Amino acid sequence: MAKHATPMLDQLETGPWPSFVTDIKRQAEFRKKNQEKMNYQIPVDVCEDLLGILELSFKQGRTHWKHGGIVGVFGYGGGVIGRYCDQPEQFPGVAHFHTMRVAQPAGKFYTSSYLRELCDLWDFRGSGITNMHGSTGDIIFLGTTTPQLEEIFFELTHRINQDLGGSGSNLRTPSDCVGQARCEFACYDTQALCHDLTNEYQDELHRPAFPYKFKFKFDGCPNCCVASIARSDMSFIGTWRDDIRVDQKAVAAYVGGELKANAGAHSGRDWGKFDIQKEVVGLCPTGCMRYEGGKLEINNRECTRCMHCINVMPRALRIGLERGLSVLVGAKAPILDGAQMGTLLVPFISAEPPYSELKETVIEPIWDWWMEEGKNRERLGELIKRQGFGKLLEVTGFKPDPRMVKEPRSNPYIFWKEEEVEGGWERDINEFRKHHQR
Amino acid sequence: MAFVSSGYNPKEPMKDRITDIGPKHFEEFYPPVIKNNKGKWLYHEILEPGVLVHVSETGDEVYTVRVGGCRLMSIEHIREICEIADKHCNGYLRFTTRNNIEFMVDSKSKVKPLVDDLMSRKQPGGCYKFPVGGTGAGITNIVHTQGWLHCHTPATDASGPVKATMDVLFDDFRTMRLPAHVRVSLACCLNMCGAVHCSDIAILGYHRKPPLLDHEYLDKMCEVPLAIAACPTAAIKPSKVTLPSGVEVKSVAVNQERCMFCGNCYTMCPSMPLADTEGDGIVIMAGGKVSNRLSAPKFSKVVVAFLPNEAPRWPQTTAVIKKIVEAYAKGANKYERVGEWAERIGWERFFEKCEIEFTHHLIDDFRDPAYFTWRQTTQFKF
Repeated sequence: MAKHATPMLDQLETGPWPSFVTDIKRQAEFRKKNQEKMNYQIPVDVCEDLLGILELSFKQGRTHWKHGGIVGVFGYGGGVIGRYCDQPEQFPGVAHFHTMRVAQPAGKFYTSSYLRELCDLWDFRGSGITNMHGSTGDIIFLGTTTPQLEEIFFELTHRINQDLGGSGSNLRTPSDCVGQARCEFACYDTQALCHDLTNEYQDELHRPAFPYKFKFKFDGCPNCCVASIARSDMSFIGTWRDDIRVDQKAVAAYVGGELKANAGAHSGRDWGKFDIQKEVVGLCPTGCMRYEGGKLEINNRECTRCMHCINVMPRALRIGLERGLSVLVGAKAPILDGAQMGTLLVPFISAEPPYSELKETVIEPIWDWWMEEGKNRERLGELIKRQGFGKLLEVTGFKPDPRMVKEPRSNPYIFWKEEEVEGGWERDINEFRKHHQR
Repeated sequence: MAFVSSGYNPKEPMKDRITDIGPKHFEEFYPPVIKNNKGKWLYHEILEPGVLVHVSETGDEVYTVRVGGCRLMSIEHIREICEIADKHCNGYLRFTTRNNIEFMVDSKSKVKPLVDDLMSRKQPGGCYKFPVGGTGAGITNIVHTQGWLHCHTPATDASGPVKATMDVLFDDFRTMRLPAHVRVSLACCLNMCGAVHCSDIAILGYHRKPPLLDHEYLDKMCEVPLAIAACPTAAIKPSKVTLPSGVEVKSVAVNQERCMFCGNCYTMCPSMPLADTEGDGIVIMAGGKVSNRLSAPKFSKVVVAFLPNEAPRWPQTTAVIKKIVEAYAKGANKYERVGEWAERIGWERFFEKCEIEFTHHLIDDFRDPAYFTWRQTTQFKF
């Protein structure tokens, strides 16, 4: 018999998609039975109370969680988010229900033995409910009590060799795409760079010193599978600057129908015979391709590396060999002044370890500027808008480049600096009046 | 429930303290076939929905079976995932950015037993535990936020609407009949912990009532200047309020006409809650993308200004989403994303084809960028 009736939630236990309600009930049942006679460190009925309070929200259409209190582990300003419910008498099991963010390994590859270590810890000292993963990328432990926070951190660091992730006005836990580990499109090793920067900047990740949150995300190619261009203050997107490698035999095999276009991604419908002219050459946004006499020609100098032709014919076309990454800055969600997409700052930079150029000429000068000039809760993108893209060039020392803009400005309201104007701005009005009467 | 120490001594928090060790090194978790072929992959192919093969220049192959997962996951469920990984994949697995789970095997003969095992596992109510799919020109898992289950600022739930929507879109998770992939995302308030602002279809929780003012406690619980500074439209100013008891307290006043219901004040000041049963609900946005393929990344556009929170299955929300998907499936060219389709046919046609009413709420009036969304040409369709 469940502790709380949940008639509304119960309606989410049917249908084909996995039911989170059934899953929480499963954990509730597991804790209640406690076959292994565990000495649970937080209330045994935490999952039942979680269902109870969620049912109340379903009935009322309002949340029952309060603002986070100031909880955390000693010496860190991030990694723990305090959470308390506003009906503790009715749902004592979730009176405290703090979140812990556990830094995920780059690429989100796991072994079962490691995951079981986390499960055992979270079974013993937490609710047994997780997010795999949070939106930023961390493994999320969802719900424990204040006295358990230091204990969990101690066990994580001493026993599992594992640290917490970021929260608050910190560097947030960086995340990356599958990259070269299992993708032929990746132009650099996203896991290596993600792991290197995460470790290099542990202090920035754990101790809040920034005006607001700061996100790094790593996409191996312009397909942008981790959406870095939309949601990271600094987005690292793999690219190349030589030629797409073409295998004309494989092109012919696509044209002849022996190979499935778009790697079979459209096999659920009969789209007719593959038409290279219509589906590849004709769609190329720069018109830099030609298919004639059974040969595909690419004018690589005009190519903007949108990936379409490579996505459609992965066995015939491959990314170039002179590889690196582009850096885009300032993406964020709408709050407060509207959403921003990342803006291109560095068209091409090396992505080879130890990444010194990236750290010294891009990341650190930008952080210095943002920490000096950024207002409380101002994201990098908002600061760039407030002080101008030109200021960003000034602090980083990058030269202006037409690749940085879609088009030049359509107003002439240029904020000329005095030193840019011959003779400076100091003039003598009396000298002027000698030639121009009042 | 006797307290069991981990070894941590609260009297000496710095003793033997280990900090700043970061995440585990990713190489610990690579299956051998990944470790041996990293950077050497030649091409990939989707063999059937949810099953991919990647082929290396060494001749090695890795077969990936992708299954949908609830991002909210119990450890009993994770233990079952581990059991599957042990049984079929030598204990290796990975998760995707969109909360899918990927099981990898190194030969084709291991694929079918794995897929059969995954599809045979069901929850007591009949839901699949590990539905195989989410690849290619279909609909993959919805990325989402916490909602009523864990967050203090949501205007809707997250896991509930996601379950309801994925039930409705399930066939397109299992097949690849669409013109291109469709990314659906949910954020339960406009803080948008997920990047829903660039999704083909976005489900967004939104408040519609200005904050309540808990005058008696406001000055005790909040820094009034921070609450004032938090407002993007400068709608909040300091005020003195006389409580029914006759006591005069420092508080704030809100110019309600200027409120855009963003909740930023509530983030700074818990005495200004916005949540409301009738006020809160869902905004539907469409036509965004993050990929640079063919056209540049795009923001999603608001196509339905408000739908009520209809727990537990949000039928109006899922019906609108289904209509958009079906109109897109019917009308878009091969490779065209939702936003590219809408731009090609014109947004006036988009509303017609999706049978969505165009209301005044959908015309932007927020600051300078609004102007650039109005039509400055005589080119339009009747």
